[in-house]
Amino acid sequence: MGKIWRVSGPIVIADGMRGSKIYEVVEVGEQALLGEIIGLEGERATIQVYEDTSGLRVGDEVLGSGKPLTAELGPGLIGSIYDGLQKALMTLKEGIGPFLKRGLKAKALDRNKKWHFVPRVKRGDPVKGGDIIGTVQETPLVEHRIIVPPNLRGVVEEVRGEGDYTVEERIAILEGGREIRMMHEWPVRRPRPYASRLDPSDLLVTGMRIMDYMFPMALGGKGAIPGGFGTGKTVALQQLARWAQTHVNIYIGCGERGNEMADVLKSFLELKEPRTGRPLMEKEIFIANTSNMPVVAREASVFLGITMAEYFRDMGYHVLLVADSTSRWAEAMREIGGRLEEMPGEEGFPAYLGSSLSSFYERSGRVKCLGDPERVGSVTVVGAVSPPGADFSEPVTQNTLRIVEALYALDVALANRRHFPAISWLSSYSLYADEVEEWWKENVGPEWKEMRNRALKILQEEAELQEIVRLIGPEALPEKDKLTLLIARMIREDFLMQSTYSVDTYCSPRKAHLMMKTIMAFYDKAQRLMEAGAQAKEIQGLPVVTRIARMKEIPNEVFEEEVEEIWTEMEEGLVRA
Amino acid sequence: MMEGRQLYVVETRALREARGSILVTGGVPGAKFDEVVEVVLASGEEKLGRVIEVAKEFTVIQVFGGVSEVDLTGCRVRFKGETLKLPVSNDMLGRIFNGRGDPIDGGPRIVPEDYLDINGEPINPAAREPPSEFIETGISTIDGLNSLVRGQKLPIFSGSGLPHNRVVAQIIRQASVRGGGEGFAVVFGAVGISYDDAAFFMRSLESTGGLERTVAFINTASDPTIERVITPRLALTAAEFLAWREGLQALVILADMTNYCEALRELSAMREEVPGRRGYPGYMYTDLATMYERAGRISGKRGSVTIMPVITMPDDDITHPIPDLTGYITEGQLVLSRGLERKGIYPPMDVFLSLSRMMKEGIGPGKTREDHRGVFMQLYAAYSEGNYLREISTIVGTESLTERDRVYLKFADEFERRFISQGEFERRDIETTLGIAWDILSMLPEGDLKLIPEEFIGKYHPAYGGRGRVATEAH
Repeated sequence: MGKIWRVSGPIVIADGMRGSKIYEVVEVGEQALLGEIIGLEGERATIQVYEDTSGLRVGDEVLGSGKPLTAELGPGLIGSIYDGLQKALMTLKEGIGPFLKRGLKAKALDRNKKWHFVPRVKRGDPVKGGDIIGTVQETPLVEHRIIVPPNLRGVVEEVRGEGDYTVEERIAILEGGREIRMMHEWPVRRPRPYASRLDPSDLLVTGMRIMDYMFPMALGGKGAIPGGFGTGKTVALQQLARWAQTHVNIYIGCGERGNEMADVLKSFLELKEPRTGRPLMEKEIFIANTSNMPVVAREASVFLGITMAEYFRDMGYHVLLVADSTSRWAEAMREIGGRLEEMPGEEGFPAYLGSSLSSFYERSGRVKCLGDPERVGSVTVVGAVSPPGADFSEPVTQNTLRIVEALYALDVALANRRHFPAISWLSSYSLYADEVEEWWKENVGPEWKEMRNRALKILQEEAELQEIVRLIGPEALPEKDKLTLLIARMIREDFLMQSTYSVDTYCSPRKAHLMMKTIMAFYDKAQRLMEAGAQAKEIQGLPVVTRIARMKEIPNEVFEEEVEEIWTEMEEGLVRA
Repeated sequence: MMEGRQLYVVETRALREARGSILVTGGVPGAKFDEVVEVVLASGEEKLGRVIEVAKEFTVIQVFGGVSEVDLTGCRVRFKGETLKLPVSNDMLGRIFNGRGDPIDGGPRIVPEDYLDINGEPINPAAREPPSEFIETGISTIDGLNSLVRGQKLPIFSGSGLPHNRVVAQIIRQASVRGGGEGFAVVFGAVGISYDDAAFFMRSLESTGGLERTVAFINTASDPTIERVITPRLALTAAEFLAWREGLQALVILADMTNYCEALRELSAMREEVPGRRGYPGYMYTDLATMYERAGRISGKRGSVTIMPVITMPDDDITHPIPDLTGYITEGQLVLSRGLERKGIYPPMDVFLSLSRMMKEGIGPGKTREDHRGVFMQLYAAYSEGNYLREISTIVGTESLTERDRVYLKFADEFERRFISQGEFERRDIETTLGIAWDILSMLPEGDLKLIPEEFIGKYHPAYGGRGRVATEAH
């Protein structure tokens, strides 16, 4: 036990801390505020405190816990809302009302709730870390697989029969008396182990055309969404967390807006998972550490999130984690670094910014899980970045781009024109395009790659033509180029633009593919008409152009039939023209 | 303000260093981080301060009003054992206070019902109710294109010389919730604005008879800079009291928050902290967020806190750290444009840079009108096309544009002249706003109205009986 020697904002320096460890969790002062030791020098420990330090005095006590910051893992995570330290916010709301006070504790997992456990092993079975010993149907969408904690192994001496147990009750005993419960704890800064790492290969279906079709994300991949304010980072992440075809999604609101968080929470209760029709809440975990909540807890929130993601990955699930916004976490590091009077790196950020960011992003991936039965799981990470002044040359964006494989660059000019999602087709990229080609071939159609590249090429041509238009005006262009501009506009407005608030909010890969095919078929036919002497103006005036523009409003289920009509009209209409 | 509620516990005369607004004393046993102190000068005058760092050997104090006349041998510092608190009561309505919370309207001190910490407490995100009640401001560019809802934080980004004060005054004058009838209050925090600007606001509140539902905290340009760090927090604390305890719909106007940020920078420099972009402290985002995040609604409570800060962008630069960080915190922004102002358009609202993130929840059937979303998107699309063509036509002239392009050029002009532009005392209800929108949209070929669902075209397009406009007049 030590005593406070100095307090400066969220940093407390305590004396008499012999025997403490780096990253050990401590309780500070009368209110037992949670903190973490981030530096040791002789008997003196530097502590970052996760809560507001107002009222702390020199001489107040500091109590070590002997443990690093850990996450509680077990049934009860799904549908929960946590702060950065995994305090259950719903419990706090019911217990103490709508405002957060300091020093409060609320267990992450409900200790009284009983879960229906179905064992999968029997007495005498040898088990090791990662083996599935039973299951709990946590929500209609998620079967929680109870796995042996990674650091345990032995022969099962006793296992409880099917029945209802709390997370703390013993459900199995291994030889030598080691006990297994439905919950276990894991240090958030330590990556959970797996058997082997696999390459990403399958498409993460997001329902967003610009992602799925143009810049695909792979299961187990990592991507970044940088953008100035108002460009739609938060909406893009919300859309991912809503529609991504995964088993479990984790949404981290890190240093962002409370009203948006409330909005997300409400919408997840109301929206239904497209395949099952169940409320999305049944596959979602939220971490809400809004910008007015303690700064230091922002770092804890991202590591807490990724630890929970790995835990579900270890069950053999595909997990998507979105973090909004990693810049706020980086700023927290900068603030702490400044208080510690560390030598600052670029723009005042600590020199270890890059390695901190990679210690987070690198925990994504597709893996063969530990233990039996054999299974594959993945963690996909997509982080928002908020570059000051929308200038991507700043350190957080640049350090992030060194790590991620897919970039979804949000463009202020597009957002100002209300082209949403404002993901720029000229500066975004995905290194997974080759990896997921097989997936498209098997699941949708063989010509995906070809169509995608053709569409990207048309958009590139448009950008070049626009330069010319600026000089000589649109009328002076040759008819062929006018048609290219028309088709590019169709790709932009009728394909890439996607509303969050209509049937178009989730677009199946099949619908996306048929939409693109329709536009390309129109292009081919229009080219033929042009060869026969038609003018771009006439082609633009065809009624089928308006029909194509409205095709995104056709629901996924009936799209295939209805698009047929457009094709028929295209045949007839274009012949007439 | 902040009359002591307890006996003075600790006092020291061991002063070591005084500079700017920072005072360093020797180690004071029992001194708390962030507590309030009173610095008593030799003359007996008292200054308010706050502990910003404690250590065994020293205590650092930030003195509001600066350390002038402090001498290191004759002064005493009293530690009050508490964080800064504002005495609050319902009687605050109709009163004017200075930037420290003392009445300056000649009236008596208020009899407090409670003392509230000026930093407030964060709202549990799980207890928030998403803002969704449309506030009709009567200004087309706000109601039609960037709707404001209760519990939102929506700043006005302006530039020096632009009419932001008049726009804010118009909003205060006209704002109401459809079907309203509930009590509401305006809390005005003047942060380092000129005496004339402060007087303008007070006059305009007075002229609408709104003074008795207003609380004002006024720190003018001539008041101490350091005080500006607390003035907005006082305003927010008063608003929270009115909203969460009294059930009122509180609208907080903070003008001009650029001055707040300057004060923060000054303070940071005095503390010799590592500066961030353009010298502003690295924690400015968090500092601003702890204030703006106090906006919102809480499930199970009647009241709400809506915040409208005014920011003058230095050199009209929206990427300057002050508007930039603000934009990352607030739920959108209303941006005033010098270009439109020069064209004589009032309010000179830059509709491209302006944005309301909470709009989607506040509009639509039952709230505004079913066609609102489609109309708003179509207006944006068409105006942006028109603007793009304007750019081109300045180089190549209108002759080399197509006929369709010329229609869009004309649309952009009409949009500015009829939709954006409106009188300072003209209150347009949402039906009028949408009616004007339909009128100008009808200039475009009907096939181009791709963003409006077909059923609404049939219902509201002037070509089909002009229901858009006619309905308004019948209303």
